[in-house]
Amino acid sequence: MAKATFRIWRGDANAAQFVDYETEVAEGMVVLDAIHRIQADQANDMAVRWNCKAGKCGSCSAEVNGNPKLMCMARLNDLPLDEPVTVEPMRAFPLIKDLVTDVSWNFKVKEKMKPFAPRPPDAEDGTWRMEQEDIDHIQEFRKCIECFLCQDVCHVLREHDLHEEFIGPRFFVYAASLEMHPIDTENRLEELKDSDGIGYCNITKCCTKVCPEHITITDNAIIPLKERVVDEFYDPIKKLFRVFS
Amino acid sequence: MTHPELTLTERRPFQTRRRDTWWVQPLAVFTGLGIFILYATFRVFEGAHFLHGPYLSPFYSPLLFGPKEVAHSLEHSWFGAMPDWMPALITPAVLILWAPLGFRFTCYYYRGAYYKAFWADPPSCSVSEPRNNYRGEHSFPLIIQNIHRYFLYVALIIVCILAYDVWKALWFDDGNGGTTFGIGLGTLILAGNVVFLGGYTFGCHSLRHLVGGTVGLLSKAPVRRQAYNCVSCLNRRHMLWAWMSLCWVGFSDLYVRIVATTGFEDWITF
Ligand code: SF4
Ligand code: SF4
Ligand code: FES
Ligand code: FES
Repeated sequence: MAKATFRIWRGDANAAQFVDYETEVAEGMVVLDAIHRIQADQANDMAVRWNCKAGKCGSCSAEVNGNPKLMCMARLNDLPLDEPVTVEPMRAFPLIKDLVTDVSWNFKVKEKMKPFAPRPPDAEDGTWRMEQEDIDHIQEFRKCIECFLCQDVCHVLREHDLHEEFIGPRFFVYAASLEMHPIDTENRLEELKDSDGIGYCNITKCCTKVCPEHITITDNAIIPLKERVVDEFYDPIKKLFRVFS
Repeated sequence: MTHPELTLTERRPFQTRRRDTWWVQPLAVFTGLGIFILYATFRVFEGAHFLHGPYLSPFYSPLLFGPKEVAHSLEHSWFGAMPDWMPALITPAVLILWAPLGFRFTCYYYRGAYYKAFWADPPSCSVSEPRNNYRGEHSFPLIIQNIHRYFLYVALIIVCILAYDVWKALWFDDGNGGTTFGIGLGTLILAGNVVFLGGYTFGCHSLRHLVGGTVGLLSKAPVRRQAYNCVSCLNRRHMLWAWMSLCWVGFSDLYVRIVATTGFEDWITF
């Protein structure tokens, strides 16, 4: 069996470093398999978060050779195994231990956002009527598995730590799924401009590139929201129209 | 074996653990846009060789005023000769090129691309930046990028004008003071320019928003739904259209310059 070296980030917020582990690898293995093998054979105390091993729970997010990825979807035959494979936790969130970070900030952000506010039901049984094509374009946003890889790669959070002023791509996707929902009645544009900080996004599309669900985050969620914010706050002609209409 | 390295939160400019050639794409954008900017600057201030027979370079269209020293420029100009008081630096291209350049400068695709390639903001995904403070497009000056839709309105008019230029590029001098129908390589190149520029302009994110982005129920607005679907279709390849149209508009201008300086006649009449 072939061997490969994994350079894994070990430690907590106070002290941490990379440690090399050599382990056997086989055809079809993913990074998470290798981590599990190392955990079983050499490092029983290594912390790693995972759940489904199928790319659907969003737990095993980490950085493999510097690229934010789901470890359970990162196949070893896509990586150069002649040199150590680095595996480290997401950078945009505080480290708890080894590969596990504290992503609770994301849940706090979500709590602060205006929730879905549907119009009164269309039918007496409390249900609504919608055309499929009106809901089609938000369908992709619902694929989000909250892996937070997009949050991790976004330089506004990762590099500039603007967590207080910027909600990050994951929550623009969430906001877009609500704002564009055919039966939603809420207006979130002021928050998007001010407290959510959509203007910090400089559309460099790193979030779109890392999304394991292939959600077109920048083009289909963020830019349309930016355009709505422009309509509301920065377009003088639109403003004039509103005054006279 | 342990490797004490930078802690997770410490950063050096351009630091990354990526092993791929992450710098290739920003470098390609830097080189491509850099060459275009240098060439366009040279051509804009050259103020000559933008006209040959029925061909007008897209850098100089619409030709608001024709410089007296450029032969036949008055036939193409909208408002006659260039006024004498106009400083020499103000060529006919200076008068109009702010519009297409502003359109591209504020385009969502180009913004993302040049923030990386020219500002290293970030240099590439998960590569550290050379600066600590960041305002993005949240405040002045970059908040001005929100003007993009106004450039779009002008760009839509310019595409129509360039299409009219292609029509004019079908009518060649017959040598008896009249014109005759013909197709030259230049006609085809100018037509290609309209196709690429059209694909770029009609795939604009702001246009997509304008035609259908705020319609809650597209199912109840069939015309706008169709328009929205068309724009979305072009928009999916917006980057490709952006580069094809940029290269082609430069090439179209270069072609007109070549025929204008060599007097080469490339047309066939029917
Ligand atoms: S496109 Fe915007 S949200 Fe996405 S990574 Fe870039 S700056 Fe962040
Ligand atoms: S948008 Fe994509 S990358 Fe971001 S949290 Fe959802 S699934 Fe993960
Ligand atoms: S373990 Fe569920 S996504 Fe990887
Ligand atoms: S977004 Fe690229 S032209 Fe408008």
